[in-house]
Amino acid sequence: MRPLLLILALLATPLWAVQPDEVLEDPVLEQRARELSKGLRCLVCRNESIDESNASLARDLRLLVRERLVAGDTDAEAVDFIVDRYGEYVLLRPQVTGANWLLWAAGPLMLLLAGGGGLLYLRRRQAARDGGAEALSAEERARLEEILNR
Amino acid sequence: MVNELGHFALILAFLVAIVQMIVPLIGAQKRWPAWMALAEPAAGAQFALTAVSFGALMWAFVVSDFSLRLVVLNSHSAKPLLYKISGTWGNHEGSMLLWVLIVTLFGAMAAWFGGNLPPTLRARVLAVQSAIAVAFFAFIIFTSNPFLRVATPPFDGQDLNPLLQDPGLAFHPPFLYLGYVGLSMAFSFAVAALIEGRVDAAWGRWVRPWTLAAWVFLTIGIALGSWWAYYELGWGGFWFWDPVENASFMPWLLAAALLHSAIVVEKRESLKSWTILLAILAFGFSLIGTFIVRSGLLTSVHAFANDPERGVWILLILAFFMGGALVLFSLRAGAMEAKGVFGLASRESALVVNNVLLAVSCFVVFVGTMWPLVAEMFFDRKLSVGPPFFNAAFTPFMVALGLVLPVGSVLPWKRARIGRALVPLRLPFLLALAFAGLAWSLQTGNSLLGPLGLFLGAWLVMGVIVELFQRTGRGGDRLARLRRLPRADWGKAVAQAGLGVTMAGVAGLTAWTQDDIRVAQIDRPWQVGSYELTLNAVEEVRGPNYVSTMANLTLSQGGEVVATLTPEKRFYPVARMPTTEAAIDYDLARDVYVVIGDQQSNGGWTVRTYIKPLTNWIWIGSALMALGGLLSLSDRRFRVAAGARRATPVPAE
Repeated sequence: MRPLLLILALLATPLWAVQPDEVLEDPVLEQRARELSKGLRCLVCRNESIDESNASLARDLRLLVRERLVAGDTDAEAVDFIVDRYGEYVLLRPQVTGANWLLWAAGPLMLLLAGGGGLLYLRRRQAARDGGAEALSAEERARLEEILNR
Repeated sequence: MVNELGHFALILAFLVAIVQMIVPLIGAQKRWPAWMALAEPAAGAQFALTAVSFGALMWAFVVSDFSLRLVVLNSHSAKPLLYKISGTWGNHEGSMLLWVLIVTLFGAMAAWFGGNLPPTLRARVLAVQSAIAVAFFAFIIFTSNPFLRVATPPFDGQDLNPLLQDPGLAFHPPFLYLGYVGLSMAFSFAVAALIEGRVDAAWGRWVRPWTLAAWVFLTIGIALGSWWAYYELGWGGFWFWDPVENASFMPWLLAAALLHSAIVVEKRESLKSWTILLAILAFGFSLIGTFIVRSGLLTSVHAFANDPERGVWILLILAFFMGGALVLFSLRAGAMEAKGVFGLASRESALVVNNVLLAVSCFVVFVGTMWPLVAEMFFDRKLSVGPPFFNAAFTPFMVALGLVLPVGSVLPWKRARIGRALVPLRLPFLLALAFAGLAWSLQTGNSLLGPLGLFLGAWLVMGVIVELFQRTGRGGDRLARLRRLPRADWGKAVAQAGLGVTMAGVAGLTAWTQDDIRVAQIDRPWQVGSYELTLNAVEEVRGPNYVSTMANLTLSQGGEVVATLTPEKRFYPVARMPTTEAAIDYDLARDVYVVIGDQQSNGGWTVRTYIKPLTNWIWIGSALMALGGLLSLSDRRFRVAAGARRATPVPAE
């Protein structure tokens, strides 16, 4: 039983994220590759970047990124190269193009809306203080008059 | 036999819930005391029956009764007892049963401790709570019955997902559900108040402890889950902006907002309709979370039971409760007039700002989570929204929140002079600034995030200290006055400090993590940061239901041994899944996190080392936030109110 388990264990052992043999000699290039990898999605995983993923496809992509950087691509060119081949699905940071501006503007727009609403509410409360609540209604004034003139 | 009993109790609880949903509601409308009073014993019976049913299921897991389909799919006789028990809720059906158990628990608690509520309100609250239970009972019985049998029981089960066989994760779901479902109580109160047509200070006071409890449970549940991800998934991340994580985070944000707006309702009788809306939405997000986890609509690391039919059910439940409540809200909200008046600079305004920031940040998380779906359906674009988006779009709101929080908490109610209120905060502000400057000059590289996080942390913590100091007045016996401060004030202070500590931790970890990947040879030391590591040995070890490759490393600093670390790589043969067990040397200032990988052809082993500064501050801060909530929950006010309320008769209508 034991040898069988061990064989199974070896067969099923996945790769764990970045492997030592992938690391580039040049630390600056390697650092750039790591940063880029964090923004690229592993296509067969669930919501993992290729920097974290254990899948072999992620390894291929990591190697591809490094290949492009060694070939002299800028960061943008390397990313474009990958997006051209795998689609914008690989980008963990969605582009600000087309309908996506809605996504990026959602927070600021909502803040304006909510902030405006909040301010309006506060203004009304303040107005209520300056005028409404402390002032007397006609009825109350009449009653006060009555008491004072008694 | 036990299984049949459990199944029967479940069906009986369903029937009781139907009665409790209808009869008290009619009773409250017609003012029939007997009909209203039915809600109380019914809530107790419903809880007892569901508890029996859940107990029966747990029993089946403990004794490994492989005649139940659920046990076969999720358990194994060789599994340690703790994971047999936690296996009960480590799957879709069992976790739904736990969910509904907690719904009925909260209902029963409202019945037992709700003696001070006006009878009509109590009857309505219990009826609405029971309606939620009915929906989920029906969901369980008709689509996800945990008590289904298999015709020919196998000799052994298929084991629980090994990633879930972990103490942190054993308790993560129950806490999370206590939080999610706790918000159902706020929802029930909101809907009952809408039916009643009256929201006053007393309502704010009743709804607050439930929300507070839910928030505390959510905090603990999220922190446990995040801690688990940190030490179990093997690369030391603590938050991934995964749809399922967002699903728990959105209700947390709204519950935090609700907590604060309920204070305004209680103290100042303002913000009423907003508070009601928040109560409805907070539970709505809990339901959306359930939907996201169980429908398989969004892919996620932890989605389980991806079954479209179940997804449709939950969507219907969501649509019914949200739609119904929001229609009711639009009909009745106009009737809720604010009473309190206050100036632009006041505690009330600060709480409005707090609510705006929390609600908008929740909205950002929501849009980001749903966007891939929207983009695919309407714009035919298949895209991802990942951590880079959330970090960019969400963080500013938290920074703003951290900046205004200490200011808001020193402002007096009604009307403040902003200049005068800010005077005592000058010192903490300058100190925090100096602190951040120091961090800036000490760090390598020029990341803004680290110093900013430390600034916010110091600002929040020192703001609290100054505020507490101020509360003790001038001269005299300050310590005694400090001790006499109400627990709610202490709760607020501790929670605020906790937020600061967490913010500093998140920033420190994100900005200053160092990592190192290499092929390590045995007995040949290497350097990471200021630490030296040596791989002593790697051996095969056998666990109860796994085989493990365990490395033994020595961690030393300046020639002195700091710790011996034993990272593992486990393989669970039944589930055929490998897991990593990172070895972590915990410390207040930093964690050293070591993961062992594969053996290389030259005989060395892949070893991954991370030095993660301030990591533990994240969990310490979360614990402080939860502690603050508990302190506040134990305040006399909530208990005294119980007695005081009886004296004031309910106004006749």
